[in-house]
Formats: sequence, structure tokens, C-alpha cells
Amino acid sequence: MTMIGLEIHCQLTNLQSKLFCSCKANYREFEINENICPICMGLPGSLPRLNKEAVKKATIIAMALNCSTPEKIAFFRKNYFYPDLPKNFQITQLNIYGDTSVGGPGSIMVGNKKIRITRIQLEEDPGRLIYEGSSSKNQITLVDYNRAGTPLVEIVTEPDFETPKEVRDFLNILSDLLENLGVSDPSLEGAMRADANVSIKGGKKVEIKNIGSFHDLEKAVHFEITRQESLSSRYIPIIQETRHWDDKRKITVSARSKEEELDYRYFLEGDIPWIKIESQIQEQLKLEMPESISSKKERYVSKYSIPSQVADVLSSDKFYSDLFEDAHTEKTAKEIANIITTDLMGLVDTREKRDSSKLTATHLRELAESIQSGKISRNSSKNALYEIVKTGKELSIVISELDLGNVSDTAELSDIIQQVISEEPQAVEQAKTNPQTINYLVGKVMQKTKGKADPKLTLDLLKKQIGIQ
Amino acid sequence: MNLKISALDYVQEVKNGNISAEDFVAKTLERIHSVDEKLHAFLSVNENAVDQAREIDKKIKSGKKVGDCFGMPISIKDNLCIKESKTTCASKMLESFIAPYDATVITKLKEQDAIFVGKVNMDEFAMGLTTEFSAFGPSKNPWNLEYVPGGSSGGSAVSVSAFECVASLGSDTGGSVRNPASFCSTVGYKPTYGLISRYGLISYANSIEQIGPLTRTVKDTAFMLNLISGVDSKDNTTIENNNEDYLLGINSGIEGKKIGIIKEMIGEGIDPAVLSATKEAISKFEGLGAICEEISLDMVKYSVAAYYTITATEAGSNLARYDNLRYGYDFPVEGYEFNSYISKARRNFGPEVKRRMILGGFVPSAGHAGKYFLKALKVKSKLTKEVNEAFEKFDLLIAPTVPVLPFKLGEKINDPISLFLVDINTVTANLTGKPAISIPFSHSNGLPIGIQILADSGKDKLLLQAAYALEQTVSLPEVPI
Repeated sequence: MTMIGLEIHCQLTNLQSKLFCSCKANYREFEINENICPICMGLPGSLPRLNKEAVKKATIIAMALNCSTPEKIAFFRKNYFYPDLPKNFQITQLNIYGDTSVGGPGSIMVGNKKIRITRIQLEEDPGRLIYEGSSSKNQITLVDYNRAGTPLVEIVTEPDFETPKEVRDFLNILSDLLENLGVSDPSLEGAMRADANVSIKGGKKVEIKNIGSFHDLEKAVHFEITRQESLSSRYIPIIQETRHWDDKRKITVSARSKEEELDYRYFLEGDIPWIKIESQIQEQLKLEMPESISSKKERYVSKYSIPSQVADVLSSDKFYSDLFEDAHTEKTAKEIANIITTDLMGLVDTREKRDSSKLTATHLRELAESIQSGKISRNSSKNALYEIVKTGKELSIVISELDLGNVSDTAELSDIIQQVISEEPQAVEQAKTNPQTINYLVGKVMQKTKGKADPKLTLDLLKKQIGIQ
Repeated sequence: MNLKISALDYVQEVKNGNISAEDFVAKTLERIHSVDEKLHAFLSVNENAVDQAREIDKKIKSGKKVGDCFGMPISIKDNLCIKESKTTCASKMLESFIAPYDATVITKLKEQDAIFVGKVNMDEFAMGLTTEFSAFGPSKNPWNLEYVPGGSSGGSAVSVSAFECVASLGSDTGGSVRNPASFCSTVGYKPTYGLISRYGLISYANSIEQIGPLTRTVKDTAFMLNLISGVDSKDNTTIENNNEDYLLGINSGIEGKKIGIIKEMIGEGIDPAVLSATKEAISKFEGLGAICEEISLDMVKYSVAAYYTITATEAGSNLARYDNLRYGYDFPVEGYEFNSYISKARRNFGPEVKRRMILGGFVPSAGHAGKYFLKALKVKSKLTKEVNEAFEKFDLLIAPTVPVLPFKLGEKINDPISLFLVDINTVTANLTGKPAISIPFSHSNGLPIGIQILADSGKDKLLLQAAYALEQTVSLPEVPI
């Protein structure tokens, strides 16, 4: 049986500062080595100063994944040498003196399958290595410490996955969940990374490191299963080892065997005293936790009769569900859900487009109301939405500037219908005998009005003018 | 001008206008220039000190608010960061490290108009008891230049004892303030763990070490503690002291207080002169109305082993950052693979540091931790329990600071095991987090003997009151340099 376990690293990108100093958690906007201080550079004499907000956010993640949350947490040192690690040890968490990480055992449903969470720990991200030079001979390694000390939450799962698809489904659910909690923006480059443990029947556990994105994670797991099965079919033993994901060649390469495993010499970080998270703080955090995706979905379906599939799409994306929450009224909810899922999602399908969109909740509400009152057709509403996203102008201005308003003036519409009747005598005769075919004539009217004719009024007038009831 | 005055007397004299900060600091620098060639207390001297003192005199004259130190010249152990000054830890590894920030204690003393006359010698990275492990050569004991001054804060003790400054700051991981204070006949203080911020103190074994003052009198220590103790947002391990005034009521006496004499610290191997000094101190305490009784702390016999295991583990981790990539000494990176670069670069550590880092790589490692590191942690917690129980019965504990007299330079440097045993009486305070003080008490053949008193956590004030009471019974000769 194939067994896959994951270690997911998620940066708490929504925090103001790093885990142990006041440098910015959002290191991405800085020039190289500009977002650093004596603490995150590990200069002699500096001491870590714990960011309490990070502990809260990590605890919220633990709660959302149904993990136990201990009353006291502790930090440990993981000792190893690496150029991106300023102190040559990482401050992280561990459960050697009981459950002292922010999150204990928990679980999450992925479809009908329960995936068990082993633990959740809070730790610091190292810096970033930059390789320069064309050939291996003149290659140099540069270090950017801007990222060093960024708060990172590690989520460790039990080996409960059997296929790469299950892994992908889990990651999709997880990244939606983290975004919905408001703790992280998974779309930021490097905000979510993962290691995987893969073993097949009869083989030893292989750890794959260095996987830069969720997309590659699925590929890496797939590659590794295939590699192990191929070995197994040739009766070659699968040894316990750590392999690196080669991003360019899309394969895994052996990094070190079990015998060469690092000894991290874990021990308590004396510079950070044990932190007590009182039960009342835990209760408070539970109250502050945003509504879960599944609860949102349920509410959308039961309260507004939004179709289940639409509610699913809408609730799982924080950007859209926030927009929906702000825009909807009881009457417009369904219409707004429709506009978002059928039109808006296609218009702002990238992070950049979302960021530059000028659409507000008020725009959306007005648009839905206008559709419902017949002021604008569903067809024209798409054009209006496009214009609003681009310019942020008021709906009424967009309608008049682009001439998108429905033709609902009886006299004006009657003239156009008269034109159509005289141009299509055959169709008129047909409609008289077979009322079903009247839709052809409605279509002709729409053509002439560029889709702006009020459909209900058009039908009524047509029937009247042709003389059928 | 008389340089041989206490910190509090200095402040009073300047306040009264009898002396100026400029004159005093200038004379102090002269003294350093004339005696330090022999003593080697200083690794660097602040040549701007006189100018800084002149500025303080100006402030005094113009009636502006002046900090409590009034330009008092202080020496600083070279493992405490002073902004834009060299902070070497007496190591080749940090030979050219210029700290980009002030330690919290430095910030506080600057605010009180103290003047730092220089950075003083120590054992490399505070690992040692004699200053002989300084990469820049040992300091000498002012009472006899052939003898070690103790360590690791040897430069601090020498500079205070030989009147090269009025007070000093050292750091105490296993006795590093109290040991040289005892050997050089000064007061040396290790506060309750967390009482003084360690921000800016270069870590050796961070879970047990504290910065501590070395002064001429107990009152001066109380004065220094008033200036530098208290919660610091930059050090999460600091504790609240509610702006305690340690000078207030320092002469309360110790009548009726119960003092436990730690049996294991006056036992086998103790020098007879040290033993008789300790007995004398006990009888003086009794004369002051205290009740003294022997107490046995069984775990003390394992304390040194536990101490070296824990400190080696923490040192192995704390010193791992000295890979010479971000700062350090001049050594080109070109042509090395990462790990071989680090091992090459780390050759600049001295022998004692190497010894402890190798030990620190071993004792907590997988497969050995259970036998060494975890056992050491057990000793630490059992010892703490024992000491806590002792403080249910006693207000204070007493023992000689060091069971032996100062020894000659070179005498024990090649015998690390016998050096380790010099720690036996001091490490307990560090492993348990309790405050402890060493005060000058006696002399034997011209060599100083210090007496150590310990109190329960947070009872620093009581400890100073007891030390002050004992100090008043003592009269000692003047340093012969």
C-alpha cells in the first residue's frame, strides 16, 4: 500500500513583524538584505523577542484543523549548519516533553476521507539562497536574509494519503482554509511549501525535500511513487533516504541516506520562557475565528437557496466570499452569487487582476438590483462589470456612457417591433399558427436593440401587435 | 586626588563639587596607562573618556539634570556590546567585531551618565576561571602578579581592585563574577536569574548566566543594581522587580535570620585557610544575631558535572553562529565548500572553547543525550528542589566562594579537571537561578579569600543586607599596586 505523509510550511504572511524581531514579515517588498536587524541576523548578544500575535495565529490554525491546543507551549533549538541560517540553529517546536507545540493531534476531512494531523508547530523561516554564475565552476552562492525569522507554521500529517490526487485535494482545501482564516496569503510566492514522505508496499520511507510549490508537490509525489514501483518491480530494495526535488528536471535526486541523517541536538530554547495560553484566551480566539468554509457554504445554500455547486465555489475563496458578504442583501444574494461565479471569476482570475480591480461591494449590489428591476439585461451587465472592474466608475455612469440601459420605453420599442413585423412577414404568419416560434421575432428585436430590449415587455408588445394572446 | 574611593563616595564628591568628573576620569586613565602594562586588565581603552567627562561637568555646572553616575568611570567585560566599540569576547573569532548596538545595561548606564573607560579581559567567550584562556593573554592578580586573578571576569575584578575604575560589569555563568571577585578582593554579585537584562551580553550558556556588578563595597553593588535591573522588553527572560531600591534599608542587619552552612562546600579538598576564614565569617554572623546551622545539599556533588554538560550543550549551539560568514576576522571564502570553510574558519577558536564545543556536540547528541545531557538536566532540577527546600528552613546559605586560594599563572591551565573543581561552590547559584554574592573577607599570605552568601530567588535585597552586615565586620589591607 502506498503511504504518503506531508509536512507543510505556511508563512503567516498577514502578520506585521517577524517571529522574534520587529522587521517586517512581508519581506518581499525589500531590496536584498534591507529587512534585517541584529536579532534576525543572529548577531552576538542579540536575543529573540517572541511575537505573541504569531502564537495566536498559529493557535487559530490548530483549532481550525481540530487539533488539541496545549495550555503551555515551549520552543526548542534545532542545531544544524546551513548558510541561510544566521544562528546556525533554528528556533522551532517539538513534542519531546509532552505536547508543547501550538497544535497537538487533529484531523480534517478531505472528501469522505479523514486525514490525521500529527502536530502543528511555530518556527522561524531561514534566509534565501541565490545562485549566480553560469557554469558550476564559477557559480557563487549569495544569501538574502530578508526572509530570515519570518513566522512559519509547520503542519505535519500522518501518512494517510494513498494517491497524488488525494494530496492535491488536501492541499487545495488546506490553502483555502488558511486563506479563509486570514492568517496567510497562499498565492504569494514561497508562502506555502511542503516536504513529502512516500513509501510503497515493502519499501522504506523516502523523504522528498525542496519542493517549491503545491503544483510541484503533486508531481514530485507522482514521480517518487513511479520510481519506487519501478525499483520494486525489479526487486531492487528501496532504502530509507532523503531526496531533493530537482525543479528543472522534475525528478527526485538522492540527497543523503539514513546513515548520514543530521543529528539536530534538540534542546529547550532558554531565551524564550514557556508560554501559557490560558483557556480563556483559547476561548477568545475561538470566538474571533472567522466562519469556516463549510459553514459558509451551508448558510449560502439554506438561507439564500444558492445552488450547492455555486455555493461551493463561492465559499472556498476568501476574496470572493468576502465580496459576497459585503455586497449581498437577502433579495440580491442569489443574483450576486451568480454574477461572481459566472462573470467576475473570469474577469479577475489572477492575483494582479484582483489587486488592480476597482470593483466594490456597492457596485455589485447595485448591479444585481438593476438586473432584478430590469434596468439592465444580464447580457449587458457583463459589459458593465468589465468597465467597473477597469475604471471603478459608478454603475449609473457606466450604463449611460456605454448606453447599456434596457429599452423599456413602450413607444420606442413599438416602433422597432413594427419594423421587424414588416421585415419578417413569413415568421409573423408562422407565429400566428405556432406561438412557440415567436421567440425568433423576439431575437430579431434583440438584434436591433443590441440586446438591450426589456425581454418581457418585448414579448408582450409583439403578441399585441401581431394579434395573438 | 584619591582614586581609591567607592562609587557612592565618588558620586557624593562630584555632587559636592570637591572633585570634577574630568579630573577623576583623567587620573583614572593615567592610572590605567601606568599599571595596566603589568596587570593587563584592559583589552581596549576609551580614549574619549576625558572628553565625555568634561561634557558631564558642563552639564553639572549649567544646572542641567545629571544622571546618577555623574561621570563615574566603569569598566565593561568584553562580552557586553557597546555600540560602535570592539566587542571581542577575548577571541580571535571576534577580533574585529564592532557591535552595532548597545546592550540594555549599557543603554541604562549611559542614561545615568556613566563613562566606560574600557573593555576588560576575560577567558575566551567566558569559558574559564583564570583569564588564561583569553586569546590576548592573561590578566594578573594585583595582590601578587604571579597569581591568576580568577575568571572569567578577571579583567573586571582586576580593574576594580587595582583602582583602574570605580566599578565594573561582568557576567556570571558558573561563578565568573564571584570567582575573580574572591581572588582579587572585590565584591561580586550574581543576581536572581532574570533580574538584569542579558540583551547585548554575548551568550555562552544563556539559560543560567547573568550580568553582575563587581564593586569595592556592597553598597556600590546595591547602587549598580538600582541602575541596571528590571524588566526589559528585549529580553523575554527578565523578571519584574517593582523598581526596588536596593540601597534602602541595606543596614537592616540580620538579627534572627537563619543561615545554612552548606556542608558539601566546606568538605574535602578545601584549603585550611579558606576553611578557617569561613568559620570566622560564621561566628561573625552569629555575633550579629544570626542563627547558623549546617545543611547538606546532596546534589552539590554532581553539580559541576551537570554544569559542564549543560553549558557545553548551550555553548555548542550559541557559538555555532561564528562561522565567519557575516562578521568575524579576515579569511577569504573563495575555493571552499561550506562545511570545510566553517571548520577552517573555526580554527581561530582557542583550546578551551574548542574543548567545550566538541563536548557540546557530543553530550546532547542522539544516542548519548540520555546518558549525559538529560541526566544533567535531572541533576539541575533535583538540585533546585533541594535548594528550594533549604530556603524553606533558612533565609540564607553560606559557603566560601572558592574552596582554594588563588593559584599561580600556568599552574592549572593544563589540568582542566582540577580547574573544573574550582567551580564547585559557585555553580549551584547558576543552576538554580538563585542570587549569590562574594564579599572580600580575609587574606592568607597576601592572597584574598572571599565569602559567598546565597539567597532565594527574588530575595536580592535580603542578600545585600546580609552581605553589608558582614562587610562591616571586616577590615582589609590595601592592594599593593
